[in-house]
Amino acid sequence: MNRARLVRIIGTYGVLIALAALVLFGYLRYDRFLSYYNVMTLLRYNSMFALVALGMCFVIMTGGIDLSVGSVAALGSVASALASPYGIVPGLAAGIGAGLVAGLINGVLVTRANLMPFIATLATMQAASGSALLLAGNQTVSVSYESGFTAIGQGSLWTFPIPTTIAVVAYLIGSLVLNYTGTGRAVLAIGGGEDASRLMGLRTDRVKFLVYVASGGLAGLAGVILASQFGAGQPIEGVGWELFAIAGVVVGGTLLTGGSGSVVTTLAGVLLLGILFNVLNFENGMGWISLSAYWQSVIRGLFLLTVVLLQARLTRRRVGAL
Amino acid sequence: MTELPRSYADRDAVARSFDLFGFLSRYGTVIALVLLVAFNLAFTRNFATMQTLNVNLTQVCTIVVVAVGMTLVIATGGIDLSVGSLMAISGALAPMIFLGKILPIGSIYLSVAAAMIMSVLVAGLLGLFNGWLVARFRIQPIVATLVLFIAGRGIAQVMTNGNLQTFRVPEFQWIGLARPLDIPAQVIIMAVIVAAAAWVLKKTLFGRCVLAVGGNERASELAGIAVSRIKLAVYGISGLCAGLAGLIVIAINSSSDANLVGLGMELDAIAAVAVGGTLLSGGKATIVGTLLGALTIQLVRYTLLANGVPDAAALVVKAGIIALAVWLQQQHRG
Repeated sequence: MNRARLVRIIGTYGVLIALAALVLFGYLRYDRFLSYYNVMTLLRYNSMFALVALGMCFVIMTGGIDLSVGSVAALGSVASALASPYGIVPGLAAGIGAGLVAGLINGVLVTRANLMPFIATLATMQAASGSALLLAGNQTVSVSYESGFTAIGQGSLWTFPIPTTIAVVAYLIGSLVLNYTGTGRAVLAIGGGEDASRLMGLRTDRVKFLVYVASGGLAGLAGVILASQFGAGQPIEGVGWELFAIAGVVVGGTLLTGGSGSVVTTLAGVLLLGILFNVLNFENGMGWISLSAYWQSVIRGLFLLTVVLLQARLTRRRVGAL
Repeated sequence: MTELPRSYADRDAVARSFDLFGFLSRYGTVIALVLLVAFNLAFTRNFATMQTLNVNLTQVCTIVVVAVGMTLVIATGGIDLSVGSLMAISGALAPMIFLGKILPIGSIYLSVAAAMIMSVLVAGLLGLFNGWLVARFRIQPIVATLVLFIAGRGIAQVMTNGNLQTFRVPEFQWIGLARPLDIPAQVIIMAVIVAAAAWVLKKTLFGRCVLAVGGNERASELAGIAVSRIKLAVYGISGLCAGLAGLIVIAINSSSDANLVGLGMELDAIAAVAVGGTLLSGGKATIVGTLLGALTIQLVRYTLLANGVPDAAALVVKAGIIALAVWLQQQHRG
């Protein structure tokens, strides 16, 4: 097999291979690793991150970035917790609506005011965080348990966690949109070369606007699940989510320069990072080593470093600054 | 083709008429600062006191120190997300040394000196690591520094096992508490760093190279500038600044909490740089602007808080100011 081909295969399937290897390792080493309880808990908890990473993936593919997702999720969780006494639908609508508004602002700032995505979403991040604190009155907001709102995060559909179902559906839609619609192809085209895309007649501003709105909406949805799963709207949650989402997207093999990427490998990237901690917990449980929870971020960082170095070696693509 | 390209002609026409956006993007921060001071003099009680000045200056110090390093990084077209985490590492390491947890040093002065030098140096080395990733592997700065953003705080937490370290060591805490000539020590440190960095950026070969790299990396390389070395240096300096800021924070607090030291600092520093008028795409930078930017953001926050607006609302206002400042910058360039 020649080198170029090997490089391409590792670039595309590397994360899937790593994921399979990690699962196999866990299965062989720990008794309950593939137990129903462990798998479902893992999937339920990581659904929020998967949703945020999906939106981030689209934004990054256009060559942008969305730093606001964490605080937007926090805002969504507060909004949905406040609306939760009125039922599931109002709760969902409030959370997603708050996210969409934030995404809309990002979209306007990036496409109309021509701000760099990085700085526009940084501003929105602070604004969303402030709004969440204001809405919540500087404390966590309990959700209503009578209205059935908690089913979104805690319930199961045919023994499958509802948040996971939501995430799977979202990824299916995301994958279809990316691969089979004009908008999806335009996302990649814009990331590959925005000026060229515009000259080709693509409505670049509209597509960019859409990805930021979608990212906001998905972050809002993640916030709804957060509130529902933990029984409270949490204005100070979501710190650092944006960077974990970016890490998931990068580990999934999507280039941060835009123009290439895949929805499925992003999901694999998020799962890989999630399972890594699960393995760590099992390892602690076996008593051989004792790594505190703080090691998680160190390992996450090392993992990101490895992937980034591999990508830099493998893709040999000259990347511009920022 | 004897005719000028249209865009040049347009630009000339704009230059002749009064360039509102250019004016605002150049002096906007100063105007905002003056307006804020005027507003406070009129409406905020007890504004014109030494105490108000000291409160604002001491609060803004760490942001300015970090933002100076950030300005240099941004001037090369990069960004450093890891500063907050590096602050946490240096803030965690210093007490471990001067409290004698790592190795016992007899003299308190020696151990404090060792603590300060070691922790700032470690932060600087980690900054060099960022620079190495950016320069050697051509990894985008935002990703390269993301590694230490995530891992760095984890390292600090692992070092201290997440525990709060409290101490009462005047030999160390002068850096945040002493007031020679009634001026807080950290304000003097800040002033020295700002002056030094402004001089370096304006007057030295290194400073010109930093701006050249940010203006056009390829051209700088062809012109014989050691681009990689410049990048290594700015990330290293940014690390040193973050390390120093970490020390100031723990000295003020008399304690070091790896979970909290420097949390969100990268955003404050970037905001100060952006509001100060440094181009986020690199090539044009102003250290004094960064100082004014940090002061403006701090004063906005103070004004709102002093007039009974909740802190959360101040965040929203801050966001608006950042967006507006960068938008003005953009109009001028476009």
